[in-house]
Amino acid sequence: MAQLDLRGISKSFGDTAVLRDIDLSIGDGEFLTLVGPSGCGKSTLIRIIAGLEPQTAGSIEVDGVGIDHLRPHERRVAMVFQSYALYPHMTVFQNLALPLTMARLTMAERLPLVRLLSPRRRRVMAGIGQEVGAVAEQLQIDRLLDRRPAQLSGGQRQRVALGRAMVRHPAVFLMDEPLSNLDAKLRVHMRSELADLHARLRATFVYVTHDQVEAMTMSDRVAMMHGGRIIQLGTPAQLYDHPANLTVAQFIGSPTINLIKGRIGTDGAVEIPGGRIDLATGLPAGAEVTVGLRPEAVVPAPLAPAFQDPVRLPARLHRRENLGPEQILHFDLVGAEKAGLTCRVMGNESVVADEPVDLLFEAGACHVFNAAGERVALPATPASGRPPVRSVAPLIGGTGA
Amino acid sequence: MPFRRQFLWQKLTGAGFALPAFLLLLALHVVPLLVLAALSFTDYELGVVTFEWVGLDNYAQAFSDEVFRRSLVNTLYYVAIVLPGSVILALLVAVLVHQRKRTRSFYEIVYFLPVTSTLIAMATVWQFLLHPSLGVINAALRKLGFSEVPFLSDPDLALPTLAVIGIWQLVGFNMILFLAGLSSIPRDLYEASAIDGVGNGIDRFLTITWPLLGPTTLFVIVTTSITAFKLFDTVAVMTKGGPQGSTEVILYAIYLEGFYYFRTAYASVLTLVFLTFVVIFSVIQTFVLDRRTHY
Amino acid sequence: MQATLPTRTASEGEVSPAAAMIRRMTGLFFVHAFLLAGAVFILLPFVWMLVTSIKPPEEVFSAELSFWPDRFYGLENYGFALTAAPVLRFALNGVIVCTGILVVQLLIAIPCAYALAKLQFPGRHLLFILVLLALCIPIQVPALPIYVALAWLGLLNTYFSMMVPFFLSVFGIFLFRQFFRSFPDDIIHAARLDGMSEFEIVWRIVTPSAWPAIAAFSVFSIVAHWNDLYWPLIVISDINLAPPPLGMMYFADAETGSNYGALTAAATVLTAPLVVTFLFARRRFIEGITMTGVK
Repeated sequence: MAQLDLRGISKSFGDTAVLRDIDLSIGDGEFLTLVGPSGCGKSTLIRIIAGLEPQTAGSIEVDGVGIDHLRPHERRVAMVFQSYALYPHMTVFQNLALPLTMARLTMAERLPLVRLLSPRRRRVMAGIGQEVGAVAEQLQIDRLLDRRPAQLSGGQRQRVALGRAMVRHPAVFLMDEPLSNLDAKLRVHMRSELADLHARLRATFVYVTHDQVEAMTMSDRVAMMHGGRIIQLGTPAQLYDHPANLTVAQFIGSPTINLIKGRIGTDGAVEIPGGRIDLATGLPAGAEVTVGLRPEAVVPAPLAPAFQDPVRLPARLHRRENLGPEQILHFDLVGAEKAGLTCRVMGNESVVADEPVDLLFEAGACHVFNAAGERVALPATPASGRPPVRSVAPLIGGTGA
Repeated sequence: MPFRRQFLWQKLTGAGFALPAFLLLLALHVVPLLVLAALSFTDYELGVVTFEWVGLDNYAQAFSDEVFRRSLVNTLYYVAIVLPGSVILALLVAVLVHQRKRTRSFYEIVYFLPVTSTLIAMATVWQFLLHPSLGVINAALRKLGFSEVPFLSDPDLALPTLAVIGIWQLVGFNMILFLAGLSSIPRDLYEASAIDGVGNGIDRFLTITWPLLGPTTLFVIVTTSITAFKLFDTVAVMTKGGPQGSTEVILYAIYLEGFYYFRTAYASVLTLVFLTFVVIFSVIQTFVLDRRTHY
Repeated sequence: MQATLPTRTASEGEVSPAAAMIRRMTGLFFVHAFLLAGAVFILLPFVWMLVTSIKPPEEVFSAELSFWPDRFYGLENYGFALTAAPVLRFALNGVIVCTGILVVQLLIAIPCAYALAKLQFPGRHLLFILVLLALCIPIQVPALPIYVALAWLGLLNTYFSMMVPFFLSVFGIFLFRQFFRSFPDDIIHAARLDGMSEFEIVWRIVTPSAWPAIAAFSVFSIVAHWNDLYWPLIVISDINLAPPPLGMMYFADAETGSNYGALTAAATVLTAPLVVTFLFARRRFIEGITMTGVK
């Protein structure tokens, strides 16, 4: 329905720059998520798209037509607010109907008392009633139409807020952290409902969140923002597997990626505390690097991963978190002050006793970042990219656990 | 038992802390009210040593008294002008000022100025402004080709003129109350409504501001009614009840009877009538305050 | 769901950037035109007061409309106001009365409010109900009996008689009680465990935390009593004891006749203290009025 183009959007409050030169094209029907830590400018950006705040520089186009001078309701966008922003004095029906009454009734037909004079009004209202009913039915809130927002649960309010956005059939849905006021369980449920909704409506969605799980699970593409810039734009898989820099690598993924400080040795390999990794980084000897390892790429030796020529690091188990189907193991590297590695392995039996074990990983699973935190391109090796999916290895040990 | 002793000690402390206030409450409110009620059935006059019980004579006199009836009507007339005038103006000003960013504090200061200033002093200034021959307002009218208007000496104009001064004094006060109410409306709602198509100021006012400001408005209406009902200062300084009794109001009547003619018993009847009205307003206020928690 | 095309009315489709700009500008123009017109109405007496206070009599009495004085006469007017009537004395009386009232009000109301909020004692509910009832009673009601009592005791025409009806502020008790109720019990318990007496807890722990409420109440109390005319008019006949409003009234009546230059000079001097304080502590003032809400 609509292609949304942002060109050189900047925003500053006095001397403080909140957004710096944002360029972003969002395709028709795409689900794009703006993700980032608080203060990264993602909410400001979505509010600028909505027309709630003017940008300092740059322009916004919908289907190639500039909309910068238009007021919010003239922009064919709808927005779902973090607080839902339901009108507390109106019933659910009135909340849902408001966008339509505003668009279809004349000023006189909206005025108290005066509106009773218009015969047209009743016809229009009947049409609106039907449309509101249809939307309410889709969202399963049709039984709640007579209630006020204060009489609704969090999840119900969330649906009303969604419905109010839907009734207008906007070209673009803007969602500003819509799930963050829900409890954890409902949040998971609403994630899939939102994804379904997007699939059904085929409208353009711009979704703001600070929760990387929401970004990863629902989006077609994710724009990670930091310090008023988009620091990486790509599919969720691209962000996870090829983070452009340390900030993205650390923000995306849970548990957080393992980071090990190292430097390039004289032979070009990466030297890290307790071991070395054979990688052709192309960096000069002595350069400082950071090696990133996803927790699932590191496996304790007793689990006998099918790695070819893995790197081995001696470590000692520090803490174990049992999550049921999988467990998170925190290791201290032997011989390295305060350096640790986190592993994520399937199964729930205790793996290692108190003595040191070797942690194994393949060189190709490493992400290397230079001193400035930028990703260093590595020549493709057979084992690069995601580590092989491991079957749940029969767990050995179980030392009295 | 130590526990019992501690408990008793806390009771004594509490009573001790409350005692001065309680005694003053008795001396300044309860006893005077009882005395007032008792006086209303006597023929007591200050300075006279003896008095007699006269039953309802004072009441009968009050309700048949032309002057008193007129002062009651005048007071209500004054309220009827000041109430809508100051509330509607204040609401308008508050809504407009609330949206200003840079100029907001300027307007706040200006409109609030009369609240802090000494009304008696300003009433003197108003009297000068409204002076038929020397006042700037009549000078301006003459310049514009109109004839002089005797604001304070025309019986038809005197009370409305005082009411305009009353509005002048109350607008800023009510504006501040409305501004407080306005800032408790979440900004989200205005933003959501802007996206929903509530584009102009009138729509915004009718769909969001006015309904959500309802409780504040009721509160402002009641406090304004009580304040206006207690009109005294401008009458005492500017008109002294005249011309031809057109600005005689209830508090001024009480003042004259009780503290000028010293007809204490009769004044206490008038005071009780006055109290009745204030209590009615206050009961409404309590009712309104109870309902202030909304939605 | 069927993906319908967005509904757009004709007018929405045709908004050009220039039209959007014009729409914004005209809106702003009307808003400021209205607010400024109101501001002129509000400021008129203040400006005219200041201008007249530096005008010589012949300009004041000329029927011509002129704004700025041709001849500066400020020294003479202010000099006359300060010597012919004890204007500074009025201001000093105002300070004495306001301070006296406020200090006693706080000393009485704070412990009582603490007891009502945090301590159990017999008669607590009765006291609170009395406080709520007394909130509805304006000073004009008990004025008559209190006046009679003061007359009997021979206490008329004293500072004490001007202050005594206001020593108990039920409103203060009510306000502080609301504030104290939200004070954490744990801190009070901790203070008791640390060996503090209840007296020390009130004044050294709870009162400092109630600073915003005390400031708000002080603003409210001072503004009310600096500007009060009714009660001083009743009990004070010695002009040397008159607070500002009464002094102003006396000055306007007796000394000056229609010497408007001196009169406005006096009005300026008596209005200035509160207005200047307001200009410097605007936030506190507005908070005070908003929090107290009633007048």
